[in-house]
Amino acid sequence: MNKIANVAEGPAIETVQINVEVNGVAYTRYVEPRLLLSDFLRQELGLTGTHVGCEHGVCGSCNVMVDGSTVRSCLVFASQLDNAKIETVESLGRVNALHPLQKAFWEKHGLQCGFCTPGMLMTAKELLDRNPRPTRDEIREAISGNLCRCTGYQTIIEAIYSAAYEMQGATNG
Amino acid sequence: MKPAPFRLERPDTIQALCRALAKHGDSARILAGGQSLVPMMNFRLVTPEVLIDINRVDGLDYIRLDGDALAIGAMTRHVTVKESALVKANVPLIAKAYDHIAHVTVRNRGTIGGNLSHGDPSSELPAVAICLDAKFVVSSSEGNRTVRAAEFFKGMFETDVSPGEFLSEIRFPVAARNQRFGFDEFSPRHGDFAIAIATVALEMKGDTCVSASVVHGGVREMPGQVADAEAALRGKVVSGEQVALAAKATASIEPTLQNYHGDAAYKSDLLRALTARALSQAIGEG
Ligand SMILES: Cc1cc2nc3c(=O)[nH]c(=O)nc-3n(C[C@H](O)[C@H](O)[C@H](O)COP(=O)(O)OP(=O)(O)OC[C@H]3O[C@@H](n4cnc5c(N)ncnc54)[C@H](O)[C@@H]3O)c2cc1C
Ligand code: FES
Ligand code: FES
Repeated sequence: MNKIANVAEGPAIETVQINVEVNGVAYTRYVEPRLLLSDFLRQELGLTGTHVGCEHGVCGSCNVMVDGSTVRSCLVFASQLDNAKIETVESLGRVNALHPLQKAFWEKHGLQCGFCTPGMLMTAKELLDRNPRPTRDEIREAISGNLCRCTGYQTIIEAIYSAAYEMQGATNG
Repeated sequence: MKPAPFRLERPDTIQALCRALAKHGDSARILAGGQSLVPMMNFRLVTPEVLIDINRVDGLDYIRLDGDALAIGAMTRHVTVKESALVKANVPLIAKAYDHIAHVTVRNRGTIGGNLSHGDPSSELPAVAICLDAKFVVSSSEGNRTVRAAEFFKGMFETDVSPGEFLSEIRFPVAARNQRFGFDEFSPRHGDFAIAIATVALEMKGDTCVSASVVHGGVREMPGQVADAEAALRGKVVSGEQVALAAKATASIEPTLQNYHGDAAYKSDLLRALTARALSQAIGEG
């Protein structure tokens, strides 16, 4: 624990040291215990790909990977994640080298406004990591915790389905 | 929406957890998976002075057979319970209920102990725990005490855990060969909290029901046994007709949890239909 006086007479704010790896880069930071992982990523590290929709666990747009499993970044404190390995949507691909999932979302119209997309992509990535050839029903079940207000979901399901086949093709051939 | 400031304690042993709980009393809250607590903190409905994070405590994350019970440590994540072969083989009703509990990302983090300690009347697990007469092990620096499920839940979001104590283990009786189970619920979206729940455990001798446990959830401040439905089954050959009679007997439960998802008449109707389905499932006609 470490204390930082924030204003001349104000109370000292307690901070906690954390070491985390985010998208392959190691960071050491002092954070307030109450800092949400979503705010840590967006405000401390400038990784604004992670979207904050509801901040109470309902929408899934803030989903990121922690140690290989998705978590809602609005429901976990950065201070809990000492030594964790975090992956955000920024880890997937680049504009000129999209991840097959990103490419499929583009081609199958899996997004309109794009607000839900980072959470959808990370959730889809977790699914395909575990189940490389999901059925459409398994895809529905996997994204049941992610809200999209635009697409009506069908194009998202098609995008994930076609990305799975694309990725299998790439590894098989 | 940001939580109010708090001090963080991160005990890594059960002894250190007991010390922290004894020291901070009712100014502290336990943080397990955070899937119910952190939303409340983000809304500032809950503003604990001290948060005791039990995610690092050694020895609270296990599933093991212990005599005639399956013992599950409080910090066992939903995903682990849902995927456990030991759970499926020994307490099949838990596995049935987990088909309805939350979404994959929430299950990655949420814990069985946090769920039961939260005491949400629309949650599946409290109803299952009452149906199976599970035992709750409540621990503190003073030692352990064991509470029956029906006594653990004291009201809406209220349990028999006092400041200084924590839930350490839940013990579910291992299913007997002659027991049959059923679970069904209705929720607005798969994986959301239930609007109404029915779950049953029947002890059979041939086609005859020797004893029945029929439990409602989501319709009142706490889940509970439906004595009239149980009476309609006990000592009877369980057929379609008896199932309909028992389901009808759930009318004696007056729904008091009413919201935009349904008024009392609607919930009462749901409870009847879900009880019939859970019973049909149990006798293999569902
Ligand atoms: C989108 C969404 C959908 C969900 N859907 C469902 C659903 O369909 N069904 C369902 O049942 N649940 C659902 N949940 C809730 C989920 O199951 C939570 O994981 C659970 O209710 C709380 O467990 P937790 O480990 O996250 O506990 P926390 O949120 O960490 O804690 C909950 C409460 O219990 C206390 N507590 C935690 N552990 C202990 C302990 N060992 N001893 C004493 N007190 C303790 C805490 O202080 C707090 O008051 C959903 C949640 C979300 C965000
Ligand atoms: S912002 Fe985290 S679930 Fe909506
Ligand atoms: S694309 Fe707009 S919310 Fe999904």
